[in-house]
Amino acid sequence: MSYFIDRRPNARNKSAVNRQRFLQRYRSHIKRAVEESVNRRSITDMERGEKVSIPAKDISEPSFQHGPGGRRTVVSPGNREFAEGDRLRRPSGGGGQGSGEGQAGNQGEGMDEFVFSLSREEFLDFVFDGLELPHLERKELQVLEETRPVRAGISKEGVPARINIVRSMREAQARRIGMRAPLKRALREAQEALEAEERKDPVLRNPARIDELKSEIARLEKRIGSIPFLDTYDLRYNHLTHQPMPSNQAVMFCIMDVSGSMTQAHKDIGKRFFLLLYLFLERNYEKVELVFVRHHTVAKEVDEEEFFYSRETGGTIVSSALTLVDSIIEARYAPEQWNLYVAQASDGDNWDDDSSTCLELLDESLMRKLQYFTYVEITPHAHQALWEAYETVRAAYPERFAMQQIVQAEDIYPVFRELFRQRAKG
Amino acid sequence: MTRRKPIATGSDWNFEALEAYERAIGELAREYRLDTYPNQIEIITSEQMMDAYASVGMPIGYHHWSFGKQFLSVEQAYRRGQMGLAYELVINSDPCIAYLMEENSLMMQVLVIAHACYGHNSFFKGNYLFRAWTDASAIVDYLVFARKYVAKCEERHGVEAVEQLLDACHALQNYGVDRYKRPSPISAEEEVRRQDEREAYLQTQVNRLWSTIPAPASGLVQQPLHDLENDPLGLHRHDRYPSEPQENLLYFLEKNAPLLEPWQREIVRIVRKLAQYFYPQRQTQVMNEGWATFWHYTLMNRLYDDGLIDEGIMLEFLQSHTSVVSQPGFGSPYFNGINPYALGFAMFSDIQRICQAPTDEDREWFPDIAGSDWLETLHFAMHNFKDESFIQQFLSPKVIRDLKLFSLVDDDRDDSLQVEAIHDDRGYRRIREALSVQYALSAREPNIQVWEADIRGDRSLTLRHVQDRRRPLGQSLFPVMRYLHQLWGFPIKLESMEGGEVVRRYQWPIPESTRESA
Repeated sequence: MSYFIDRRPNARNKSAVNRQRFLQRYRSHIKRAVEESVNRRSITDMERGEKVSIPAKDISEPSFQHGPGGRRTVVSPGNREFAEGDRLRRPSGGGGQGSGEGQAGNQGEGMDEFVFSLSREEFLDFVFDGLELPHLERKELQVLEETRPVRAGISKEGVPARINIVRSMREAQARRIGMRAPLKRALREAQEALEAEERKDPVLRNPARIDELKSEIARLEKRIGSIPFLDTYDLRYNHLTHQPMPSNQAVMFCIMDVSGSMTQAHKDIGKRFFLLLYLFLERNYEKVELVFVRHHTVAKEVDEEEFFYSRETGGTIVSSALTLVDSIIEARYAPEQWNLYVAQASDGDNWDDDSSTCLELLDESLMRKLQYFTYVEITPHAHQALWEAYETVRAAYPERFAMQQIVQAEDIYPVFRELFRQRAKG
Repeated sequence: MTRRKPIATGSDWNFEALEAYERAIGELAREYRLDTYPNQIEIITSEQMMDAYASVGMPIGYHHWSFGKQFLSVEQAYRRGQMGLAYELVINSDPCIAYLMEENSLMMQVLVIAHACYGHNSFFKGNYLFRAWTDASAIVDYLVFARKYVAKCEERHGVEAVEQLLDACHALQNYGVDRYKRPSPISAEEEVRRQDEREAYLQTQVNRLWSTIPAPASGLVQQPLHDLENDPLGLHRHDRYPSEPQENLLYFLEKNAPLLEPWQREIVRIVRKLAQYFYPQRQTQVMNEGWATFWHYTLMNRLYDDGLIDEGIMLEFLQSHTSVVSQPGFGSPYFNGINPYALGFAMFSDIQRICQAPTDEDREWFPDIAGSDWLETLHFAMHNFKDESFIQQFLSPKVIRDLKLFSLVDDDRDDSLQVEAIHDDRGYRRIREALSVQYALSAREPNIQVWEADIRGDRSLTLRHVQDRRRPLGQSLFPVMRYLHQLWGFPIKLESMEGGEVVRRYQWPIPESTRESA
């Protein structure tokens, strides 16, 4: 009558579709909550999901219900001090409904907020919703070193590890059948002839013929026996060819000014911006490499720790960093193979006549290689020569160059969104 | 009874132990004459359990965001540890599907088998409401059909269009049931086979109703409304349509809404059929849980008495059982209404006590059952009642005293609340009456019926709400009317009646003239 079924191996997430429907429906609510939380929490812990709450009334499913008023009787358990006829003050507040104490529980409501968790993936989807990586290009295929082995049929040559046993055995069997068939036929004929000869009257037998047939049979049997079970030319190998893979890798250069004028607060803002960009790139490319370049009057490639936390003093020469980036690209990241992104954060200070050098560098060399150059200026003050120089670059490469000003931490996310806003296709 | 060796000990379970326990419980259940559908017991993970919860216990369902919302809130509660998922999930189907979670301890698995596979299962098979309103053998097939049909509509008409329609239907699903007429059994095969036929047929029916030149109503001549002076030809004389008020709003819309497409009518029908499937469950919460709890308690004790479970499991069980049937008092911070498990368990246990060891009070209150065969009486109660009538019939003074029930009257014409009755001689009957009403679906949900569809005039649909003890409709009324309007396609009017008089009128869309003041 009864039986057990182990359903554990079955698919989970039967509700995944319904969950997505819900998220889709309350997209705007969730997006607002996500935006608030992005601004609030430090971006270092972007790597987890988020608890989102939506006003319960916005997502309620209405049905006909009794409202407050009229006469209602509520039976409750646990009477301690009441006697029949006692009068109690009507509890005030609590939403001003006064709908009787037992009622709230029955309706299973009374929560003002509907709270639920987004997974990390869902959270990041919302963070980067509506953003787009400009000029995400599949880099040229021909020159790519990166390939991926793909099955390409069967070949007669190969390494033992790729031997295709089924096909090899089939070949061997076919060969064996094919090679044996004429021999077997000859053998059978010889045997029949021998039998016929031997059945003859002893007087009529031809002993020479018998010997001849016997040696023929022996010869044939030997030949049949010597047909190899498996021969080298039976062997078949799975053939693999190397198919070039579209490049799906990116390098992100983080350039930051670490001169005396950059405070820790500036750097924190810069860091958050870089992290956002990194997360964003990570979602679009299979592989993202990071290169940290910091500079004051001299630029240097450093590791992440040093990049964010060490302090330097002195003046600022931005072009030193750009030159360094250019040479790193030359040396390690061929633009044909890598999607190149540069993100620069600075307070806008620069050595007076260096800005024109930057302009020249960008215009003549760097911009042609890059996918996108983003520049954020972290300053509440008026712009200086560097900004003006960059504006010229922006005019020349409006598709590939973006710059924004950040005054305080809260601006990061909106600015980031602005930089990567989905452009109209065209 | 000879004590046997425990089948298993400790807290880890395995399939052999579960099968052995299931057999042992099955034997005991037969001894107690528990008649059940075959059990299909499924072992699932906690994630799968959350999925099952989210689909309100349907093993398969169509897609809708509200199930996603349900899932998210279950998940959140489970993560925070506010909710144990373990207890039970059992589906009224034949075979009866019950879920066991793999994380459960051995005790819990045995308990759930007793509770769900024999308690709820026998209730589903025996109770008159379930017998009359649901068809356990067809439900799974019907759900599969519904899911496929909705998915097909989504493909053809877009997810959004289907979602909007389902939203509207869900808002009215409590009004998708014929309360007094036994519905025809559902069958997925039949549904599929007759679907096209029905689509065409339904549409012609609706077309006839809404044709601009209505055929004269033959035979049914209604005199008094007819104004001879201004309408001598009787052009405006007509019967009210529908001629009787209709309580099944979804049915009425499915058959009569002028603008719905055939596929939309079909979806209205699906929601209606599923609402009907859940209709008995909404009316037997106390009984159903009480029955299952009574039997898991009895069966677990028998297993222990027979030596099939050891003290360790028994203690673990008692601890779990106690928390299930606990009833925090009115003043407690944990108070959340009456716990149906506690009330139901107390009542069934008390019926057993009245049969086995009646006091004078019991003889006076329950002359028919005091001293009778307890098993017989218990089965009788389970078969023939719903919460409302069960309480009316069997709530004993002892249970009222034990739970210290009292009733409080909240009348908006009075500035204070009044304690109407407490657990004393004068109060028992009144409390029983009040509690019975509290569980009556007719008092819990506003009584709203279709009154008139103005098929000759502005095509508006008028609903009538008969107020119960002057209780008005809540704020959610307007969104629901909006949904009604979406389905009907023309203005919706709603009249609240008190003692035969209309006391309030609502309308959607809100007419221009009153919008200012509203």
